[in-house]
Amino acid sequence: MLTLSHYLILGAILFMTGVAGIFINRKNLIIVLMSIELVLLAVSTNFIAFSHYLQTMAGQIFVFFILTVAAAESAIGLAILIVLFRSRKSIHVDDLDCLKG
Amino acid sequence: MGTQGLYWLVPLAPLFGALVAGVFCRVISRRIAGSACILGVAVAFAASVAIFLDVREGGGFDGIVYTWLVSDESVFGIGFLIDPLTSAMMLIVTFVSLAVHIYAIGYMRDDPGYNRFFSYIALFTFSMLMLVMSNNFLQLFFGWEAVGLVSYLLIGFWHDRPSAAEAGMKAFLVNRVGDFGFVLGIGLIFAHFGTLDYTSVFNLAEKYRDAVVPLFGSSGFPLVSVICIMLFVGAMGKSAQMPFHVWLPESMEGPTPISALIHAATMVTAGIFMVARMSPLFELSETALSFVMVVGASTALFMGFLSIVQTDIKRVIAFSTLSQLGYMTAALGASAYSAAIFHLMTHAFFKALLFLAAGSVIIGMRHEQDIRYMGGLRKYMPVTGVTALIGSLALAGVPFLSGFYSKDSIIEAVRMSEIPGSGFAGFSLLTGVFVTAFYTFRLYFLVFHGRERFFAARGKQDGMHAHGFSRGQAPEEPPWTMTAPLIVLAIPSVIAGYLFIEPMLFGGFFHKAIVTADSHPAMERVFGHFSSPLEMALKAPGSAIFWLTAAGILLAWFLYLARPAIPAAIRARGGVLLEFLENGYYFDRFYAAVFCGGARLLGKGLWKAGDSGIIDGLFVGGSVRAVCRIAGLLRSLQSGHLARYAFSMAAGICAIFSLWFFIHMNWIKP
Repeated sequence: MLTLSHYLILGAILFMTGVAGIFINRKNLIIVLMSIELVLLAVSTNFIAFSHYLQTMAGQIFVFFILTVAAAESAIGLAILIVLFRSRKSIHVDDLDCLKG
Repeated sequence: MGTQGLYWLVPLAPLFGALVAGVFCRVISRRIAGSACILGVAVAFAASVAIFLDVREGGGFDGIVYTWLVSDESVFGIGFLIDPLTSAMMLIVTFVSLAVHIYAIGYMRDDPGYNRFFSYIALFTFSMLMLVMSNNFLQLFFGWEAVGLVSYLLIGFWHDRPSAAEAGMKAFLVNRVGDFGFVLGIGLIFAHFGTLDYTSVFNLAEKYRDAVVPLFGSSGFPLVSVICIMLFVGAMGKSAQMPFHVWLPESMEGPTPISALIHAATMVTAGIFMVARMSPLFELSETALSFVMVVGASTALFMGFLSIVQTDIKRVIAFSTLSQLGYMTAALGASAYSAAIFHLMTHAFFKALLFLAAGSVIIGMRHEQDIRYMGGLRKYMPVTGVTALIGSLALAGVPFLSGFYSKDSIIEAVRMSEIPGSGFAGFSLLTGVFVTAFYTFRLYFLVFHGRERFFAARGKQDGMHAHGFSRGQAPEEPPWTMTAPLIVLAIPSVIAGYLFIEPMLFGGFFHKAIVTADSHPAMERVFGHFSSPLEMALKAPGSAIFWLTAAGILLAWFLYLARPAIPAAIRARGGVLLEFLENGYYFDRFYAAVFCGGARLLGKGLWKAGDSGIIDGLFVGGSVRAVCRIAGLLRSLQSGHLARYAFSMAAGICAIFSLWFFIHMNWIKP
């Protein structure tokens, strides 16, 4: 029998994988975008789990919003990535230190 | 009150002259500037005479004529208190001032600062009159500071001469020390009595006879004594009593008419006048009177000694002024206020005369001031010589002359006094008589008699504008504008004592103005011995004072005319005592070392430790260094790597949630 805890643990694992992917990764910027998707997925999982558990529709509706925003966000992220690659000839994460003052 | 309109006229006429000469100093001619000032002072003198006559008939005035400022319930105003004391002072001030104004026409003839000089000196007359005529402490203080300011301006009149500028500063600073005490005294009066009006204060004073004021911790001091001593500290500064006397000899850097008017006849006597005016307060405090007397007597004796060794003609007279001021102060201590004012008056005449004669000699000698290079001037400057002789005789206290009556009265009063310290004071003043006679006639003989030493070629050591004489040239009597004031002043120097001793000391002229407690009967006892001025002079040979005077004059004659080799030998041999006197008891050196040196040391310490160390080093430099170091640390955090930022964020959130979680579970206590 699958309980709420199983879903929550899955969500937590997905979330931690995503977060770890963001900052352990030193190579490719695409992996960062993928990690962000993973984090959002973890959140969605939680929403659905609670939605089912509480027997309300709000959580599932919220997931649709998140999917929409995630799609838009990936589109913008990839667009920025392409522009970045054009100007820097690299998407290596360690090379991108323009934020340094 | 027919004379009430004149009250305004007295101070304002000189002020008008001062403004005309001062504001338009560059536009108007010397003639107009001089005339405006002289006219102003002459009007003030005439008005003073009218007021004096009115007061003698019983007139008087006490009240505010102009409200200056109102604060809460206190009203500060310009007011006049016209009583015998005031009117006598007004007369003295305007008379001497007028004589000096006229004298200055001749003395300042070649000076480029002629208009400026007249402006200052008329301004001085205004300030002094405001001081004298005041009916409250605030106006008194205004006049007090104003005369101090003019004194500063006039001492440093030749401001391109460093010594004059320094002397002016010294006078100003020393006076500030005394004024500090004066302000404290006035402040105490206002704090306890709630008014600054003379009459109200004097009426209240009796009630505060036993009041105490806590000074150090809990121990109380008698209020009236503290007030009186504070006020007297101000008088010590202005009237150059020991140990605040150091500025007066230096003030001789100013033009000679100034030395005569401000630093001999009027301003320095402001302290004497003030104490006499405050007699209702001082009479309540035995302590203050005793203090006053001892300070005065010490000044009278020790400053007299210093006069003996001076070689500058003006400095001899300056130290003599100090000594005579000491006499007046001692008289105040003995409750002989009228005798002090009497001596103030006679002294104003003969000391102004001596100073003006000295100025005449200096002009005649072409700006030579060293008495060792004078001698025999009687022949070349007869008017100056005769008037100087009169002044010297009066100063030495030869019977029938004015100085005799006033000084004798003071000595008698001090001897009759029973206040603690009167024994010492009596002895000092008596010794002072001999010293006075000696230094006065040393000066007279060295300048006007003896060998003519002014032909002796002299390497000018000070590089001042003295020219020296070659054979065939001789000193000349200056123009009549300078000799006339000498004659005008010589007349009261002779007769003022004889004429005024009876009305001023014993006739009750000052009864309304000066209060003497029954426990201080010195003046009444002196009166007991007095019958008439003529008899007083005739009885003089029966007292020690007369013989001391005679001995002083004779010794001066013997040493400086008969055997001039003796003092020269003494001077050549030197010795500790001579050095001690020539350095003025090392007062100056002591002040320079302790106060100036101390102030400089303190300043250096504050500069090095406080300014450079703490402010520059710690606050300014320290904060800069701290910012640098912290910024260096923080800079290493800003790597620009996205992953690290993300990690910090995640770690931070982790930490915050962990904390919240732990607190929530009660595993740690906040």
